[in-house]
Amino acid sequence: MAILLDNNSKVLIQGITGKHGLFHAKGCAEYGTNIVGGVTPGKGGTFVEDFAVFDSVAEGKQKTGANVSCIFVPAPFCYDALIEAIDAEMELVICITEGVPVLDMVKVKNYLKGKKTKLIGPNCPGIISPGMGKVGIMPGYIHKQGNVGIISRSGTLTYEAVHQVGAAGFGQSTCIGIGGDPVRGLGFIECLELFNDDPDTDAIVLIGEIGGNDEEQAAQWIKKNCKKKVVSFFAGRTAPKGKRMGHAGAIISGKGGTAESKIEAMKEAGVPVADRASDIGKTLLEAMNG
Amino acid sequence: MNIHEYQAKQLFKSYGINVPNGQMATTKQEAVNIYTQLNVESVVVKAQAHTGGRGKAGGVKLVSSASAVEEASDQILGMTLVTKQTGAEGKLIEKVLVEETSQIEREIYLSLLVDRETANVVCVASKEGGTEIEELAEHSPEKIAKEYISIHTGIRSFHINALAKQLEIPKPLMKEFRSFCQNLYYLFITHDCSMVEINPLVITKDQHIIALDGKVGFDDNALYRHSEIQKLRDEKEEDPREAQAAQEGFSYVSLDGNIGCMVNGAGLAMGTMDMIKSFGGEPANFLDVGGSADAQKVASAFKLILSDESVKAVLVNIFGGIMKCDVIAEGLITAVKELNVSIPLVVRLEGTNVEIGKKILENSGLKIQAASTFAKAARQVVQLANQA
Repeated sequence: MAILLDNNSKVLIQGITGKHGLFHAKGCAEYGTNIVGGVTPGKGGTFVEDFAVFDSVAEGKQKTGANVSCIFVPAPFCYDALIEAIDAEMELVICITEGVPVLDMVKVKNYLKGKKTKLIGPNCPGIISPGMGKVGIMPGYIHKQGNVGIISRSGTLTYEAVHQVGAAGFGQSTCIGIGGDPVRGLGFIECLELFNDDPDTDAIVLIGEIGGNDEEQAAQWIKKNCKKKVVSFFAGRTAPKGKRMGHAGAIISGKGGTAESKIEAMKEAGVPVADRASDIGKTLLEAMNG
Repeated sequence: MNIHEYQAKQLFKSYGINVPNGQMATTKQEAVNIYTQLNVESVVVKAQAHTGGRGKAGGVKLVSSASAVEEASDQILGMTLVTKQTGAEGKLIEKVLVEETSQIEREIYLSLLVDRETANVVCVASKEGGTEIEELAEHSPEKIAKEYISIHTGIRSFHINALAKQLEIPKPLMKEFRSFCQNLYYLFITHDCSMVEINPLVITKDQHIIALDGKVGFDDNALYRHSEIQKLRDEKEEDPREAQAAQEGFSYVSLDGNIGCMVNGAGLAMGTMDMIKSFGGEPANFLDVGGSADAQKVASAFKLILSDESVKAVLVNIFGGIMKCDVIAEGLITAVKELNVSIPLVVRLEGTNVEIGKKILENSGLKIQAASTFAKAARQVVQLANQA
C-alpha cells in the first residue's frame, strides 16, 4: 500500500474548466488516476472533454462518491474552494495553486482543526503513489513503484530526487510535495507519521529548504519515533538573509530558518544529510546498504 | 512589499494610532516649511529608506532652528545611506520625514506578524525598546513576550492584559494601550500585513503612547485585493532586475557572484546555487523561471541574467516535467542567437523529451556545453567562470 492516495481514491478537480485544471486532469487520468469529474460553479451538468462537471463539491461527491479533491482555481478564489472541499468532508484535498494570501491560509488551517480532511499544499506539485495514481502536476513517468517515501517542500527538486532515487535502484511508495508556502496543510511530521506506519515504506527521503523550523521539529520527531531509515537534503545554504527565494515560505528571518540549523538538527538526530543536491540518491544508497 | 516610515505613520494615524506630528519633504525648502508649520522648537529630520540602522549611518538628525533644518535636510537629501542592511552600495535618499520630537519616558518594542508554526497572528513585545529585536532574542530571550492571537477571535482583552503586564503599562494608560493594540491588530488584518513593527513605541512624559517609528510589510500574494496599498510602492527601493522579473512572472534575486543561473523551480534553483558554491563558484543570481515556462519566458529570463555585467558564465539547469526539454532547448537557441551571447553557457537538461532537447542543442552549431549530470554541469560552469 501507499499513503494518502491509493487504488480507492476517486478524484474531483476543482477548476476543471480552466486551462491548467483541464490539462492536468487529463494528465492524471492518463496516468491511471480515477478522475470522476470536476467542479466549476455555474457549469454543472455539462461535460468538458470526457469529464462530468458539477456545480459544487458536495454535488460532485454525492453523484460520484469522490473522496479526494484537487484544486486548480486561481489564488483569489482558493479560500472559498478550500472551505467548500473541507465542508464537503473530502478525505484528502490537494491545493496546487500558487499565490494564496497567507492570512487566507491561516483561516483555513484553523478551520481544519477537528475536521476529517487532510490538506496538502497550497503551492505544491501534489501527490503520487506510483502505479496507483497521481493527483498533481508532476511528470508521472519518472516515478516507479517501490519502497521509498519522499516528502518535499519543492517541486522540481522532488523530481530531481525521484530521478536519483530511481537511478540508485529504488522506486517510491508515495511522493508528497507539501508545498512552498509558510502556512500549509500537512507538514513533515504528519507525513513522517504516515510513512512510519506504512508497511510498504522502508525508507524516507526528506527534502527541506530555508525558512521556518519545520525541519528542526521533524528531526526531533524522527529521533524519538521513526522506525524507518531517513535521509535528507536542504536547499538554500547560499541564500541571503531576508530575501524571499521564489517560494513565499523560503525566507531566512532573524536567526531562524537557515539551512545550517536544519542540517545540524538532522545530523544530531542521526539522519544523513546529502551535501549536494546531486548526492541525494547516493546518500540513500549508502543508508540502505549501511 | 515594504513601505516607508512616513507612509506607515500615515497608515497608523488613519487607524487612530498616535504618531508624532510631521510630514515628508523632498527638498530642503519643503522641510523648512514643515518646520515652520509645526511651530515647535526641535524636530528630527529622518532619511526615508527601506532599511534599519538609519540613525547610526547619519540619516537621522535632531535640530532646533529653521537654518539647522535646512542644513540637515540638505545633507540627508541626495546622500547615499549605507547601513548593515543596504550593503556597501547603500541607498540614495530622496525623501526626509520632518517631525516634532517627543519627551520620552520609556521605549518599548512591539510587533505583529504571522506565526507560520501555529498559524496565528503573534504579537511580540519587550520592555526593552530601541534595540534590535534579534539582538535581544539572542542575549535576553526572557525579556521578550509573545501573545498568540487566533484569527477567529481577534485580539481580546486577555491578550492585551498579558502584554500590558509584561510591558509594565501603568494603570492610567491602560485605556489608551487597549485601543492602541486593537487598532494595530485591525490594521494588520485589514491590509493583509506580513509584519508591523514599532520600535520604539514610546510612553511620553505626559503619559501617552506614541509610535516613534514604523515598519510595515505586506503579503505580496494579497496585494491584488489592496489597490490603495499598491499605490504606496516605491519602485526605486526595489532592485530593477527583481522588479522586472516579477512583472514577467518569474522570481529573481540578485546576488554578488559571477555565475548566472536559470533553473525551473525554487527548490532546485536554491540547490543549484548551493552546488555552484560547493565547487568554489559564486552565483550571480537566483532565478526560478517557474514550472510552466515556455520558450518566450526562457528567452526573457536569459536576457535578464545577461543584463548583469558581472555575469561571466551561465548555468541552465532544467528538470523538464510539464516543461518539455525540447521546448527549453529551442528557447535557449533563440535567445543565444538573438542576444549574440559571447560568454560560456552550460546546459543541463533532464526529464521530459531530454534526448530531443540535447540533440537540438548539439545540432545548433552554437557554443553551448551540454552537461550530462547536475554535478558535472556545476563543476564545468565554475571552471569556465574562473577562466573568464
